[in-house]
Amino acid sequence: MPTPVGAALRTALKEAAIAAGVALIVALPLVGFRLIDITGGVSIQTRFDWVVYGVAVVFIGRLGLALWRELRIPHARKAGEASSLAIFAEQIAAFTRQYSLYFGIVGAAFAFALPFMPFTDQYILDVAITVLIYVMLGWGLNIVVGLAGLLDLGYVAFYAVGAYSYALLAQNFNLTFWESLPLAGAFAALFGLLLGFPVLRLRGDYLAIVTLGFGEMIRIILLNWQSLTGGPNGVSSIERPSFFGYPFTAVAPEGKTAFHELMGLEFSNSHRVIFLYFLILILALITNAFSVRMRRLPLGRAWEALREDEIACRSLGINPTNTKLSAFALGAMFGGFAGSFFATRQGFISPESFTFIESAVILAIVVLGGMGSQFGVVIAAAFLILVPEFGRDLAQFRMLMFGFAMVAIMVWRPRGLIAHREPSMRLHPVGGPEAAKAGS
Amino acid sequence: MLTVSGIHTFYGPIEALRGVSIEVRQGEIVTLIGANGAGKSTLLMTVCGNPQARRGAVNFEGQDITQMSTHKIVRLGIAHAPEGRRIFPRMTVLENLQMGAYIGGDEQFRKEIDRVFNLFPVLANRRNQRGGTLSGGEQQMLAIARALMSRPRLLLLDEPSLGLAPMLVKQIFATIREINEREKVTVLLVEQNAFHALKLASRGYVIVNGRIALSGTGAELLANREVRAAYLEGGAH
Repeated sequence: MPTPVGAALRTALKEAAIAAGVALIVALPLVGFRLIDITGGVSIQTRFDWVVYGVAVVFIGRLGLALWRELRIPHARKAGEASSLAIFAEQIAAFTRQYSLYFGIVGAAFAFALPFMPFTDQYILDVAITVLIYVMLGWGLNIVVGLAGLLDLGYVAFYAVGAYSYALLAQNFNLTFWESLPLAGAFAALFGLLLGFPVLRLRGDYLAIVTLGFGEMIRIILLNWQSLTGGPNGVSSIERPSFFGYPFTAVAPEGKTAFHELMGLEFSNSHRVIFLYFLILILALITNAFSVRMRRLPLGRAWEALREDEIACRSLGINPTNTKLSAFALGAMFGGFAGSFFATRQGFISPESFTFIESAVILAIVVLGGMGSQFGVVIAAAFLILVPEFGRDLAQFRMLMFGFAMVAIMVWRPRGLIAHREPSMRLHPVGGPEAAKAGS
Repeated sequence: MLTVSGIHTFYGPIEALRGVSIEVRQGEIVTLIGANGAGKSTLLMTVCGNPQARRGAVNFEGQDITQMSTHKIVRLGIAHAPEGRRIFPRMTVLENLQMGAYIGGDEQFRKEIDRVFNLFPVLANRRNQRGGTLSGGEQQMLAIARALMSRPRLLLLDEPSLGLAPMLVKQIFATIREINEREKVTVLLVEQNAFHALKLASRGYVIVNGRIALSGTGAELLANREVRAAYLEGGAH
């Protein structure tokens, strides 16, 4: 009989050897060989020393990790305890849940004050705008995935429809951003219905496959319908937003007043960025207010009930067809609004911007945040956008960091950062709070 | 009140009901007993229009509902507590009950909630608890309570005693009687627990292989030798 330490060492060595073997297989072609430019062509340079270092790091790291786990977790597991990190994560999540209203208010106040902070520059505002776009998309998709429980892998399609709707309406019919916004939302909602009809009977993985296909279909149509969408060249010089008709330009076009003239300010490029920032902030907050309100209305409650049990819903007189379609359509509508904003901000859109990876990121935001949690979406969106952004200095390793962070979240918070469903009603509605207190 | 005449229901090519006719009159408790797979639940579900009968007719208060979709049938005053409870596990008791009053809206909810809490006091104590954390008996009560929230005239109950301890079975059946007598709700009850069901019911039907094999008052069926042999002996409490 080996001693416990001996057994642990053996297990750890075995695991470390396997990990090192995998690392060797992966690293040999990827790290071991390198193409370099030399005059008159390319040549292959070998760097097997790198491979050796890498494999050694993996071996030692895995050995240490396995030993640490083998030697200390058995006691914890016997007592039925989670690891201390998981407990810590749960405490933070519980704290956030408890004070989510205050966090929301403080967060919103901070968001409104951000453009006027001394440390804020154009770069920070640009990143903040990107984060807010994803927050809005996350909240929109949360209606479909978090509330109605319909797994949608093609959400980017509605984002694309919104973006192209605005771009084409502005270009072909000279509509302004504010005139196009409702139309873009309506178009996106229409596409939501279009997707909704064929998938009404599908659930779970089957639904996911069809929505995935739908997302790709929209992208490929945009790519190939050259005469309307410009194909791979996209739509360029899309009308930039104006402050309710007052353009953000140094010199106003004839017959118009520029924004800085209207306000009596010195012209600055940052005015437009600040305006865009507030625009997306308000659009996102509208999305949030809408979702929060919906949960208290019969339709929103029906979405949640449908997620829980469709058969029970039918027998309670809920029409599952209309309920599902409305979730698809309303979720899509907010995707469309966000798309319009994206188009006016970028000034240029092409099918490149609407690939599957976008859908995946938006879905990751919803899942990481904890399905159905509004505040979780904000944290997850900030996290998923900021980590690669701040990781720019790490160059090629930033995606590695990103992957590591995602794995860490799923290990410690498998149901999402703030996995929690807040009841939409609490007290006894007949007798008021007093009666409820007496009764409980 | 409810007349089912000669219905044939299919699951794909399989004929689950082969010409079933039953009648439920105002104020009655009618029970439907039979073995597993005899077609009891299928009959209840056919009344609710999911699946729909391929032949035959279902009539509720003089209206032909054979081809109607489920959510419309429910609006006519029929409530169905489906087999296996099917409560919403992540929603609280109160929210579950609110879904029961979905058709009538918040006004209906406020009107019915006290009545339902009166029938099921334990639910009142658990009102902010999630459905999934209730015990089996409490979940069954919640399922019945939720069905009652729409203030139905006809209540279809599918195996309310399924998986419950004998004590709880008694309690559930007592509550069904109360619902019928005090709340004047007509009940069509599907049960495997033939003894309790027949004692409670004014009339009963025995269904075998998708056909009605026997019918009569509860007392008659309880005394019937074939019924005793097939459903009561050995299984009676």
